Amino acid sequence: MNARGAVKVEFTPEQLVEVRRLQGLYPDRRAALLPVLQLVQDVFGHISLEAEEYVAGLFDLSPAHVHEVVTFYTLFFREPKGRHVISVCHNLTCHLLGAQQVLTHLKKRLGVEVGGTTPDGRVTLLSVECLCACEIAPMLQVDDRYEGNLSGEKVDRILDGLA
Amino acid sequence: MTVALTIDGRPVTAPEGTTIWQAAREAGIEIPALCHDPRLRPVGVCRVCVVDVGERVLAASCVRAVADGMTVATRSEKVERCRKTLTELLLADYPRESAREKTTGDDLLLALARRYGLDRERPRLPPGNGRPHDLSSAVIAVDHAACILCDRCIRACDEIQGNDVIGRTGKGYLTRIAFDLDVPMGQSSCVSCGECAAVCPTGALTDKALTGPLRPPAELESVESVCPYCGVGCAVTVHVDPRKNLIVQVSGRPNPASQGRLCVKGRYGFDYALHPQRLTVPLIRRAEFYPKGALSSEVKGSAREDKPGGVVDYAEVLPAFREATWDEALDLVAGRLRALKEAHGPRALAGFGSAKCSNEEAYLFQKLLRAGLGTNNVDHCTRLCHASSVTALLETIGSGAVTNVFGDVRNADVALVAGSSTTDNHPVAATFIKDAARHGTTLIVVDSRATGISRHAHHFLQIKAGTDVALYNAWMHVLIEEGLVNQDYVKQRTEGFEALRATVERYPPERAAEICGVAAAGIRETARVFGRAKAAIIFWGMGISQHTHGTDNARCLISLALLTGNVGRPGTGLHPLRGQNNVQGASDAGLVPMFYPDYQSVADPAIRRRFEEAWGVRLDPTSGLTVVEILAAALRKEIRGMYMMGENSFLSDPNINKVRNALAALDFLCVQDIFLTETAEFADVILPATSFFEKTGTYTNTDRRVQIGRKALDPPGQARLDWEIIAEIARRLGYPMAYRDAEQIFAELTALAPSYRGLTYRTLAPHGKLWPCPDPELSDGVQLLFGDGFPTPSGRGKFVPAEYRPAAEVPDPEYPFILNTGRLLEHWHTGSMTRRARALSRLRPEAFCELHPEDLAAAGIQAGAYVTVASRRGSIRLRAHPSTRVAPGTVFIPFHFREAAANALTNDQLDPFSKIPGYKFCAVRIEKTGA
Ligand code: SF4
Ligand code: SF4
Ligand code: FES
Ligand code: FES
Repeated sequence: MNARGAVKVEFTPEQLVEVRRLQGLYPDRRAALLPVLQLVQDVFGHISLEAEEYVAGLFDLSPAHVHEVVTFYTLFFREPKGRHVISVCHNLTCHLLGAQQVLTHLKKRLGVEVGGTTPDGRVTLLSVECLCACEIAPMLQVDDRYEGNLSGEKVDRILDGLA
Repeated sequence: MTVALTIDGRPVTAPEGTTIWQAAREAGIEIPALCHDPRLRPVGVCRVCVVDVGERVLAASCVRAVADGMTVATRSEKVERCRKTLTELLLADYPRESAREKTTGDDLLLALARRYGLDRERPRLPPGNGRPHDLSSAVIAVDHAACILCDRCIRACDEIQGNDVIGRTGKGYLTRIAFDLDVPMGQSSCVSCGECAAVCPTGALTDKALTGPLRPPAELESVESVCPYCGVGCAVTVHVDPRKNLIVQVSGRPNPASQGRLCVKGRYGFDYALHPQRLTVPLIRRAEFYPKGALSSEVKGSAREDKPGGVVDYAEVLPAFREATWDEALDLVAGRLRALKEAHGPRALAGFGSAKCSNEEAYLFQKLLRAGLGTNNVDHCTRLCHASSVTALLETIGSGAVTNVFGDVRNADVALVAGSSTTDNHPVAATFIKDAARHGTTLIVVDSRATGISRHAHHFLQIKAGTDVALYNAWMHVLIEEGLVNQDYVKQRTEGFEALRATVERYPPERAAEICGVAAAGIRETARVFGRAKAAIIFWGMGISQHTHGTDNARCLISLALLTGNVGRPGTGLHPLRGQNNVQGASDAGLVPMFYPDYQSVADPAIRRRFEEAWGVRLDPTSGLTVVEILAAALRKEIRGMYMMGENSFLSDPNINKVRNALAALDFLCVQDIFLTETAEFADVILPATSFFEKTGTYTNTDRRVQIGRKALDPPGQARLDWEIIAEIARRLGYPMAYRDAEQIFAELTALAPSYRGLTYRTLAPHGKLWPCPDPELSDGVQLLFGDGFPTPSGRGKFVPAEYRPAAEVPDPEYPFILNTGRLLEHWHTGSMTRRARALSRLRPEAFCELHPEDLAAAGIQAGAYVTVASRRGSIRLRAHPSTRVAPGTVFIPFHFREAAANALTNDQLDPFSKIPGYKFCAVRIEKTGA
């Protein structure tokens, strides 16, 4: 633990080899910033400010420039997230086909607002832009999986399936 | 290749690759721009610079390159309509009040609004979506609501200053600029250089007012001058309110050296001149304050616990003096000096000038001492900073000045920065080094501290303090062993190679590794990098010079350059970075005991005769004493009377407890200064002088650039010009000096100093000239020296080998830590100016020492707690800051702070060749204190 109470961010030697490999793939190694941030998120669950600073060091970039990338992409989590992430699409097609109802239902069942995580750390709820699956609208993404043609029942089933 | 095009119906030619915006500007056609500034890489994000090039869509002229046969319309109806819409959109959530419009009146967005007749009264979106103000910086006000995300500040911070503090945060409408990881500006790694506020086109980033309210430059007087602080000598424009006699703001002025850049001191450190503690009347010590001694508790050495720091309390010191008329004070000075001379001979007198003074003042001061008083005991603080470098340079290549300008680092394959915390001490020179390091120059930094510049290095060798000689000998060992020596150069241009070879032979990298504490492989690798460079430039600072083996350190760097032939060509050179704004000039002007102006030896009969003729008196043929020697002689009563102009020896000289006794032992001391300094507490007479901003004179920067500093303010009260005071004393000594103004003194100096020949105030405007300058009408002066030989008797550069010697005092069980002293970015030397500059003293209010976290933990000392640091000579109490910049077992203390003067600890042992003290190395111990 460090001053800000977060877990110390440091890659293992094997992970560092991966970082160097990713950096080597591009003429400007800065291009590997996104996959490396993704790696941070996979390993540590989210990207803390400490992690931004750490990654800046790996790339010889200023912390400010890493921060702008992290804050730009909505798929990077800056706070610890739940074991599962549910992202409900709120764009046009889904909206017309009942995305709001899906969200309201989820908020009630989970007892959290959008952006929140259940107190037991099980689920984080998000509302996102079009996920390119309009043909199954309304839809959501749960972890790596798409679920479409949602109804209240289907949402309940999805939730029940999450450990 | 040039291309021909038409802009607004006018035929224009421009080199290929020029942007339309630039080509138009050169043709006198202004195209509006918000995100673009000619000093920045164009990014084309605001689109108000759009022009019609006859394509389907308009083109952003700041990024679009000119093309042959192109027809450009910059003001067509379509273009203007488009710009108007863009302006309207940007204005939609712009705050009602722009801090820029309200102060300097140059808000570019509002100027566009006026141009397009846009009504700002209509209801609009809530300003900046509620984005906040950030007033945490000492010098810059941030109004995020007025930010149009033009990206200028980000590029200014990254590209011009190389500080990388600013980025963006968030996405879409919520995007803001952010400092580091989105912390308040005042808590970020920002170094307050102000470049971002200088380029910001809106009210988002603006200077805070330091004296009076900021006003449009047109309503003020603009004085073209230079920065009063360091040897970089940045050109400035001083914005003055003449009615209130107030400097309101200082901005960077483009010249060939600094290119408009400034650091925090130059931009925000000017208000010391307006401080209420300025001396305004001559003062004479009251009879009841004899025998003389320190007055303030800090100078007595009994720092007050209730007053953690800051400037002197005048209530403690002023009662010791009474006000006097100029006549009374000057008569007293002249009378006492003459009496001492008659009783004890001229060699019982001495004078310290200062590297803060102009060339004219330095010249006149040494002339007074030599011709008026008859002694060569005249020296100044350069002795304490680069005496060793100059000694080594004179001995080896026959000239003490830099062989190339710092800006030429851009042409170097490799730059070596040795013992220089460039980002703190020569911040604007550092920006050019950082820039070069990002654009192809391999930067090697060697230092015992992980300084700010080391972060930008490709190779950083953190050697043990004081082991430089071993390292560079090992480098040369590798160069010779691996055939990386420039044989032709060595054969044709140098002498003494065999002696060098014999010495460095004994320094294989493995031996140096042990001495220096870095891996042998790293030594070999960096030696090769340096040796293979087609052009390599060497910068060094006090980390090289301020050692009891400082001359040896410098000799090694010079040998390195000679061995590899890195002198006299573009991208090569020897550049000891000069500390004070006029270190170079004061020495050039003869403010040193062994030389008349332009390094002409006082011991040379022919030269002496020339000066005797010029000055109309007999001169002393023996060289005088140096700074530390003079104070030691005062202690022995061999020096009895002293005249000090602008020098604050009490804080700047090593071993304060000895200095205190020396100053008190003087029969007579006259101090001429702008504040009642620590040294002035020991004075019999104090003469109120003028600050930099109150006089005109020339100053020579680290590049040898002679520039004019111009009067911007009237002096306070009865304060007088320094040269006038010198002349008044001279007249009373029976050695009349009649000058109309500083310009006339400069003419006398240039006539006697061949290097300055031909320079006049007229030709020095506006950007100064590099000396030597054979054709001041047409050229900027000679940038590269010694391309075809050296000004030595043989015309060759001489290798002077050096053996590694440990420092004069090494750590032992009783004093286990190594003390290193130096400066901070925000402060200047003894702090008499910067601690009276509001912003600077707010940024760094009090003394501290830096210790490695491991050492703090081992001693059980909390971060920020007070500790006592003690050496064999004295002890001080100050806060401990944890820092990984210092190596374990070492402590760094900035020497600016009177309440915890680092020089109470330092050793007054001298380098045998140059008489420079070893400020960078002595043994201390650290003790926990109660509070
Ligand atoms: S003041 Fe200088 S260092 Fe600070 S953010 Fe602005 S440009 Fe960067
Ligand atoms: S770098 Fe030196 S000369 Fe330039 S602004 Fe800073 S202190 Fe002044
Ligand atoms: S709008 Fe929901 S997936 Fe496209
Ligand atoms: S000035 Fe050209 S796009 Fe901003």
